[in-house]
This record gives sequence, C-alpha cells and structure tokens, in this order.
Amino acid sequence: MSRLQTRFDELKQQNRAALVTFITAGDPDYATSLAILKGLPAAGADVIELGMPFTDPMADGPAIQLANIRALAAKQDLAKTLRMVREFRQDNGTTPIVLMGYFNPIHKMGVERFLAEAVDAGVDGLIVVDLPPEHNEDLCDPAQAAGIDFIRLTTPTTDDKRLPTVLNGSSGFVYYVSVAGVTGAGSATLEHVEEAVARLRRHTDLPVAIGFGIRTPEQAAAIAKRADGVVVGSALIDKIASAESSEQAVEGVLGLCRELSEGLRSARG
Amino acid sequence: MTSLRNGPDAKGLFGHFGGQYVAETLMPLIHELAAEYEKAKQDPEFAKELAYFQRDYVGRPSPLYFAERLTEHCGGAKIYLKREELNHTGAHKINNCIGQILLAKRMGKQRIIAETGAGMHGVATATVAARFGMQCVIYMGTTDIDRQQANVFRMKLLGAEVIPVTAGTGTLKDAMNEALRDWVTNVHNTFYLIGTVAGPHPYPAMVRDFQAVIGKETRDQLHAQEGRLPDSLVACIGGGSNAMGLFHPFLDEQSVKIIGVEAAGHGIETGQHAASLNGGVPGVLHGNRTFLLQNEDGQIIDAHSISAGLDYPGIGPEHAWLHDIGRVEYTSITDKEALAAFHQCCRLEGIIPALESSHALAEVFKRAPGLPKDHLMVVNLSGRGDKDMQTVMHHFDEQEEHI
Repeated sequence: MSRLQTRFDELKQQNRAALVTFITAGDPDYATSLAILKGLPAAGADVIELGMPFTDPMADGPAIQLANIRALAAKQDLAKTLRMVREFRQDNGTTPIVLMGYFNPIHKMGVERFLAEAVDAGVDGLIVVDLPPEHNEDLCDPAQAAGIDFIRLTTPTTDDKRLPTVLNGSSGFVYYVSVAGVTGAGSATLEHVEEAVARLRRHTDLPVAIGFGIRTPEQAAAIAKRADGVVVGSALIDKIASAESSEQAVEGVLGLCRELSEGLRSARG
Repeated sequence: MTSLRNGPDAKGLFGHFGGQYVAETLMPLIHELAAEYEKAKQDPEFAKELAYFQRDYVGRPSPLYFAERLTEHCGGAKIYLKREELNHTGAHKINNCIGQILLAKRMGKQRIIAETGAGMHGVATATVAARFGMQCVIYMGTTDIDRQQANVFRMKLLGAEVIPVTAGTGTLKDAMNEALRDWVTNVHNTFYLIGTVAGPHPYPAMVRDFQAVIGKETRDQLHAQEGRLPDSLVACIGGGSNAMGLFHPFLDEQSVKIIGVEAAGHGIETGQHAASLNGGVPGVLHGNRTFLLQNEDGQIIDAHSISAGLDYPGIGPEHAWLHDIGRVEYTSITDKEALAAFHQCCRLEGIIPALESSHALAEVFKRAPGLPKDHLMVVNLSGRGDKDMQTVMHHFDEQEEHI
C-alpha cells in the first residue's frame, strides 16, 4: 500500500482531516528549506507538498512566485530537490511527499531518469500543474507504472462532463482548487466547498483535499469538517518571506504548522 | 504527397510539438474555444463579417510592392515587399485581432486581455476592443514599457488599461505569465487574445489561419504581376505569426524556398539572443511543447533582441515542426545586422521598417546578391518602424559609422 493511502486510511480511522503543507524546495536556501522539511511532520503536517522551483510559475500568485525566485537565486535545481527528499527519508519513512510544479524541468531531465530518481529518493506523488489528462502519456502513465501517484487538480470550472476524464488516472488523493485563480488568492465560501466535495464524492472514492486561499487555523478547521485534507501553502511561505534569519524562517513555518494542526485536530470534536 | 497544411491533429499537435499544456482551470475554456472556432470557420456569416472588417477597417489587401531600388542595390533576386506595415495600426497584428475579437463577440465575452512585447499586439488589441466596445486589459513588461512608450500611450488613448509586469526581466514571457494568471482568475467573462502562433491549441492554428490572409494575397498578387509562384519567402520570427501567415499557403509548393529569420541579438555564441530554434532545445512553456531557450535544469532563459517584438524565449509549435522536418530553413540575424538593414530600407525605398521586419530585410541583403535576376523573392514587411524611433536614435551614431 502506498504511503499516501496508508496515511489517509489512518486519519480516517482517527476521524480527522489531513494537514497538507506546501513549501518550495530550496526557499530561501537549501539548508533552511531542509530544516523546515524535516521539522514539518513533528509540527503536525500529515502530507508534504514540495514545490519544484521554476522560472515561470504561471498558476501561482505573488507569494509562491517569490518563493520560486528565492530558491532559484539560491541555486536550487531539480537534482537538489530530489536530494532533499532523499535526506528527509533518512529519518522519516511514513510521511508522504508529493512533488509539485511545472513540467519543463522534468521534461529537461528526461521523464525516465526523473522517475527512477524520484522512486529511489522516496517520492510518493506528483502534481504537475501544466499536465492535464490530455497529456497523460507524457508523465502520468509512466509515473503510475513506476509506482508514483499522480494527483490531479480539479477546479470550479471542471464540470460533471469533464470530471471523469480528469479523475481517470488520478491516484493518491484529489486536490480541489476551491477558487478559479492563482495560489494564495481569495478563499471560497464553505457552501461552495461543501457542494464541490459532494460532487467529487459522486465521481471518486479517493480522499479529497481542498486548497487555495486557506491561511488560518480557523479556516483550516472549517474546511476539515467538510473534506479529507486541507492544503496550506502561501501562508506558510509568507513566514519565510518575512523572516530575518534562517532560524526565524524555520520557527515561523513550523509554528504556523502547529497552530494549523491544532485547528484541524479540534475540528471534528 | 501528403499535405503539410493539415496540422495540427485532434490533440493540437504538429508532429511532437504543440498540445494543451495548461492548468486544469483553463482546460474547459480551451476546449470551448476550439469548438467555437471550428463552428465559426464553417459559418459563411463569420467569413463575411471577417472579410468586411479586413477590407474596410484594416485596409486589406495590403500591396505587394516591387522594391526596385532594393533590387538594384542587391543586384540579384527581384525583391517584393508584402506591405503589412500599411495595415491599420501599422503591422500584421491586426489581422489576428480582428478575427479573434469577432470570435469573442460570438462567445459573448465582454472583457479582453492580451500580452504584448513591442506593443504592436497591445495596440491592435486595444484598437479592436475599442471598436467592439469591450473592456481591455493589456499586460506588458516594464522593460518593454520603457522602450516602447509611444505604444503604451496609444493603448491608453484607445481606452485600454496597461498593467506593468515587473516579474522576471519584464518582457514578453513575463507578460504572458501574468495574462495567464488573469485568465484563470477571470475565466467566466474573459477572452484571452493571444498575439502569436503559440500557446495552447487552438491558438497556434487559429492565429495562423487569421494571418494566412498574408500568404493568400501574396500568391494572387504575385500571380497577377509575374504569372507564377515566388522562388523564395523571407520573414522574421519571434513567436512567428507574420512568418506563418506568409508561409502557410505555400508549404506544399516544393519549388518555394522558405526562410524564417530569428533574432540573434548580440550573437548566438554570446547566449544573449532570442533564437529558440538555432539556440534552444524542446521543452514545455505557455501551453505548448516547442523549442525554448533554457538552461540544464529546464529553467527558462531570458531572450535578448533589440526588437521587443522578437524578444521571446520560445517559438510557435508549427515552426518547431517545420524546422524538425526541414521544410523551412531557419536562420538568424544580429541586432547590428538588423539595424544596418533598417537604415538601408529607409534610404533606398523611403520605407521605415519595424526593427522586427529589419531582421528579414537583413537576410535579404545577404541572399539576394547571389541569386539570379529572375529569382522572385517575397519579404514580409510585417510592421512599420515609427514605434522604434527611440531605440534607433539611441543606436544611430554608432550605426552611422557602419553604413
């Protein structure tokens, strides 16, 4: 059984939602980013999304754009991101790691080589923003053949007619982007989230995680009552942006992570 | 022989290039756009409306002009200029804008967004948006805003909002990222009017079709003047829309040699250029798989060209394919060579060409002298140079020494 499936099964038994945290690998530098990554599970992160930096993050808002710029300026590249996962796995064998980003760096490394190294490093899943199901043969199919989950984004514009196409070949969990927009943008209403989760459940048995615009423990708790997972990214990254030292960045991110985790654990009473 | 004019396939691919590499939020819109465009293509009313605006608003057909003095100067091939710079707004860009705005109208969209580099596409978009009473937002990099201030003012005069993009190097690619971000945020009412033969399917094919009027007219006009096909075609390439418009109707004519000219900037060997085919490798950006300027890690490298309109690290996927199969020869011209050609054209023909088109002219100066006098060469004079006065003034003294 995959780490993702094991984790979501455990949480279901505990009757709580997963806290899914996003950080960009190498932001603001390799050492700080690795320290944050290693600290996230103890701070309450159940699943970790690790951003692969790219010069042109077309679907991201200002916070994650800047995180990409900081990471690239600190010479982060795809090989180093894979090395970070490998180092993380030295003392954590259970927290799932999902690499998230854009296709070009993977394309440049070569899909076969990337997948071999990702499996070896201990990567559990992939979210590639600019690879819709129309291009499954590019990465989704070979990734799943290699045992890596391919997590699909579904959005408010993904209608009932299109949902089966999008979910076909999805595995791990389904990421519902609750607002049409870029990361870090305004949040959706709870009614909208409820409807969306209900609609997704009619089409899939996979866990549903909700993301985009969730920033506070209160928001996270409200979403946790309605979905299997809550994704927080830009709010954590803002802690790195505003930190004056490496220690502050680590403590800022992990501190917010602990608060979010508290919120989630109390959500379903 | 199978036709080279049938692409793309149902998935939007030209060979291995093209496709629909965009975020899920945009996929339903792109499918809707493709379906709506297919319907419009079959609709005689749409064709009629398009023809009307091409003639009475854009000013088509544009002349195919025998450049006698240029021809004499080169002493070889007989050179014809396809005068796209005489179109309303001063470049070929409006051919595509008028087509897409009619499509936007059909789809009931009220808000138009676009990216622009040199500002010519921004001006053309602002123009048609004004004509059809639609809200218009143009994304433009801050570097480009600095070197194309007159065009920024023109867009504002036409009622558009120009949003400066500071990300990256503040050029065309960054403007396109920001336009895509706007589009995912405002999907319900917004039509993204892409200015070149790039982006996700159906844009490369759709923009090509709207620009193909250039090649179709050229074919008829040259037939009327010379009674035959041209021997060669030359056009500059940034994203590649003016070139594709000229080339496409001739792709199946094996006797016609086709030459696309990329911007070599300071020289391909310096790394500071915009020649995606001559200096890049395949990758995925802005919705399509094509040749890109990128580093070992797949990070996009900023392009450089003296002409803002060619300053883009990618190229339309159909060009990538035509390069791959060898149907079109892609060459490159440096900033310096383009400037020299710019001056020659001003003085020999009394035509001030855009710096973009000057790249094509520079290639003509290289090739025409060695060709026989009965060789018919058509160059796409894709835009006029009024917008480039600032840039050229800056280089004028230095350039004077070269001519």
